[in-house]
Amino acid sequence: MSPVVTPGTLPGPPAEPIDRTAKSTEWPLWEVFVRSKAGLDHKHCGSLHAADPRMAIQLARDVYTRRQEGTSIWVVRSDQIVASDPGEKGSYFDPMADKVYRHPTFYELPKSVDHM
Amino acid sequence: MYTQAMDTMAREAGDAKKPLRSAEDLANEERFEARIDAGDFIEAKDWMPEHYRKTLVRQISQHAHSEVVGMLPEGNWISRAPTLKRKAILLAKVQDEAGHGLYLYAAAETLGVSRDQLVEALHSGKAKYSSIFNYPTLTWADMGVIGWFVDGAAIMNQVPLCRCSYAPYARAMVRICREESFHQRQGFESLLTLMTKGTDAQKAMVQDAVNRWWWPSLMMFGPPDADSPNSEQSMRWGIKRISNDALRQKYLDATVEQAKVLGVTLPDPELRWNEERQSHDFGAIDWTEFWAVVNGDGPCNRERLAARVKAWEDGAWVRDAALAYSRKRDALKEAA
Repeated sequence: MSPVVTPGTLPGPPAEPIDRTAKSTEWPLWEVFVRSKAGLDHKHCGSLHAADPRMAIQLARDVYTRRQEGTSIWVVRSDQIVASDPGEKGSYFDPMADKVYRHPTFYELPKSVDHM
Repeated sequence: MYTQAMDTMAREAGDAKKPLRSAEDLANEERFEARIDAGDFIEAKDWMPEHYRKTLVRQISQHAHSEVVGMLPEGNWISRAPTLKRKAILLAKVQDEAGHGLYLYAAAETLGVSRDQLVEALHSGKAKYSSIFNYPTLTWADMGVIGWFVDGAAIMNQVPLCRCSYAPYARAMVRICREESFHQRQGFESLLTLMTKGTDAQKAMVQDAVNRWWWPSLMMFGPPDADSPNSEQSMRWGIKRISNDALRQKYLDATVEQAKVLGVTLPDPELRWNEERQSHDFGAIDWTEFWAVVNGDGPCNRERLAARVKAWEDGAWVRDAALAYSRKRDALKEAA
């Protein structure tokens, strides 16, 4: 099973408490993904606060594509992102380190067919 | 420059006692130091020492505040730019500064502080911003000189920060540096136009602006290394890469040559080339002025802060209305 971090929690030393109560007037945080040109993946490029999805898209355009850096934008509420646990990074990803046979370079072939 | 926070921190910190650390903390710290030594980047959710986190929150938020307050001296001239072209350029530049402030606030927020807390710290005077923005912009030539001097100094300071050990900050700096070079070039080009095609009065206006901004620009790099006791730890952690004095010297050497192209003199009678050091010697900086400005007594400190607070308060109803509307729509969606 994937070690999962509860959205919004920050492992490590506690910060000054963030006021996330209902009376908080802070706009929610969104993560912004931009596709720089057709044919490429959307790539995470930053975050911003916005009151609703439409505003998030609009602000993302103004902030992250002022110099034609994008042709498409995705935004997603930061508290909706589920991430693997950074504390478990070692034990979670290391098992792949000894599976060299998953790489093409593992297989030694005669020179005449080695471009395969 | 925009990050004088580390230097002012030492003055405020005094001799706070170190808390006792558990065996687990010590082990974490050792692993952290090893990662720093290996040149690893630290990501938001990685374990980090409390002091590393605090130093970064202060530095990044001060940097963000500087970008945002930095819009004020230039905003002053948007409505008075001499041509439509210059107005469009100035608007684009000021918009960039707002964007830079946002990238940096977002980077600071990854460390577990909220935007409201950061803004509140600025408005209450608890957080600082770069001393340079507490000087007034008296003439149109100030716009060019700010681009040339202030943004030039910013680039000098910010390029090494692209390799900062804290990855979200480094990524923000990469983005900022990419946009910053336009700022310096437009400033220099604007001054060059005044100096080559302008009247005598316009040339005198450029020289006057250079005279007023030169020393405050050198102060942007922060106090001399000897008076910057926090620097060592920040260097060790890869938060700071090059010392204040080294950056200042590099900046000065580059700028002296640019001044010759422009045909202006820098207001320092002691400025001369030192063959042995292969660098320029320069006169003493008035650090009393620097600390007075940092501590709130510069020519425009009160005006700048008042303008920020007013903008925040005048915009409160917009923020509240947008949030109320969004909550209402969510409620309607849920009910449907």
